[in-house]
Amino acid sequence: MSGMADLSAPVLLTLQLATLTTIVLLIVGTPIAWWLARSKARWKEVVAALVAMPLVLPPTVLGFYLLLLLGPGGPGGWFASLYGARTLAFTFTGLVIGSVIYSLPFVVQPIRNAFEAIGERPLEAAATLRASPMDIFWSVAVPLARPGFLTGAVLGFAHTVGEFGVILMIGGNIPGQTRVLSVAIYDFVETQQWTNAHILAAGMMLFAFSVILAVMMLEKRLTRFGHSPDRRAGA
Amino acid sequence: MINSGAIDVSLAGDLGGFALNAAFTVPALGVTALFGPSGCGKTSVLRCMAGLQRLDGRLSVDGDIWQDSDAGAFRPPHQRAVGYVFQEASLFAHLNVRSNLLFGARRSGRSGTLNRIQFEPLTRMLNITHLLDRDPAALSGGERQRVAIGRALLSNPKILLMDEPLSALDQSTKNELLPYLEALHEELAIPVVYVSHDMREVERLADTLVLMDRGQVTGSGPLAELQANPALPLLGAPDAAVTLDGTIEDIDNAYGLTLFSISGGRIIAAGHQGAPGEHRRLRIAASDVSFTRSKPVDTSILNIVPAVVISVTVHGPGPQADVVAALGEDGSGARIVGRVTRRSVDHLSLGEGAQVFAQIKGVAIASSTGSTRFSTA
Repeated sequence: MSGMADLSAPVLLTLQLATLTTIVLLIVGTPIAWWLARSKARWKEVVAALVAMPLVLPPTVLGFYLLLLLGPGGPGGWFASLYGARTLAFTFTGLVIGSVIYSLPFVVQPIRNAFEAIGERPLEAAATLRASPMDIFWSVAVPLARPGFLTGAVLGFAHTVGEFGVILMIGGNIPGQTRVLSVAIYDFVETQQWTNAHILAAGMMLFAFSVILAVMMLEKRLTRFGHSPDRRAGA
Repeated sequence: MINSGAIDVSLAGDLGGFALNAAFTVPALGVTALFGPSGCGKTSVLRCMAGLQRLDGRLSVDGDIWQDSDAGAFRPPHQRAVGYVFQEASLFAHLNVRSNLLFGARRSGRSGTLNRIQFEPLTRMLNITHLLDRDPAALSGGERQRVAIGRALLSNPKILLMDEPLSALDQSTKNELLPYLEALHEELAIPVVYVSHDMREVERLADTLVLMDRGQVTGSGPLAELQANPALPLLGAPDAAVTLDGTIEDIDNAYGLTLFSISGGRIIAAGHQGAPGEHRRLRIAASDVSFTRSKPVDTSILNIVPAVVISVTVHGPGPQADVVAALGEDGSGARIVGRVTRRSVDHLSLGEGAQVFAQIKGVAIASSTGSTRFSTA
């Protein structure tokens, strides 16, 4: 029963999940990163710590609470009832929500660092050149933080691809809905389908290597004109 | 009180360590230097003028009120028509030189403004036309700062604010850039406020001076007046000097000399300094000026100008005194400063009102502007 569909379905689902998650992460993570980089609020590190929590929490702990939140008794269940479903747990939407929370620090941190590295000066220069705060954000801050966005997007994507514990807790193993790559590998091993496990695992190795290599090379290329001597001089 | 034709600044607040209390009114014309030692608050004043920093007070530029704390008015930086040049060029690293130059131009709108500075002549004047397609990282320090100046000017500002634009550059780059700043001064009608702690820069560029010390304005007015004011520290400085506006009257080709007319007299400078009718800024150091009571006849000194002593200032217990004298037999001309010994002061009875002859041993041309012509059509 090792048809091509057994292998391709989890791969496609994983790519779908990771792509959608990355897009949501960039939309949600960028304002958080900007606020963390620019705010002078004393409690901003509290927010930063909350965002970073998934880095240290066991995925099962995170998954457990997500299960409660997404389940019939939580806000996720209430939301699902709006369109006639019972729960967000064990659905693709639930996986996206879980993945966004789980991968948030991997996107927010690099973008925040990139925003902070810009420094005050280019933003001030833009303000004296008649750029409104919104204009400054889009025409100066975002382009200058490009390497951070790239790193964030790639890390967010890759981390989502590699997610296992959280998915197992909130997604289960429904083919075509929540049976993503990592779960599929686990499954193949459990049922002793070594060849399939090998194909997926080796594919992941290759994927991980290419991702890291690509990021490193792209970052090098981007920082070449992202860091003029002007900025190194503290400009 | 809305003062058109003037820059009105009145700011007060705490700068973390000392209190800033700066109030001055200067003409919205020519170059005003904010001069004082490092950390005296002059950069903070400039940043407040741009709206980058906020202190209580009021601020108006040529009739536009930019800040009035009593009325709760504060225009954010992007709504003020300022051009700002930082110590470091601060060009946008993700844009090439052309896009940097046009960043403010595109956002300043209303392209029909009368005195709008045009791209072509400005880039030619700043000598950056060959750099337009380069990335900022590929420019030298002087080139970067020229682009930054161009970028600020193309945003069509009512006033150009410059925060020690030369201080991050090495000496040879400074010398390379100064003529461009002098050209700006001569060719553009835009008022400039220039922060500096270097008196030589101020002498070359400034028309009006605002002296600052520990957050306070200690004096403001025309540069030459402040240089000869006994109540201010400029007079006692080791390199005390006055700067005077001279008009070329005649050239002596045989001896290679230039005759200038100045307020209250005439003065000869070495070298061929230009064509009759042209203006030059002349610098006369206090150490190059001495005084006699009767007109000397056989002396090698060319410049002997009648003058009237205005004041004699002794700084501490040292042997020297600074004599301020007004040129002209009736003392109606420009003021110069001479550094002499206290003994000579007593010996010649150099008191207030004394008729003297000022002997001027050296005259320097403080500005050296070339012939770049620039129109603001």
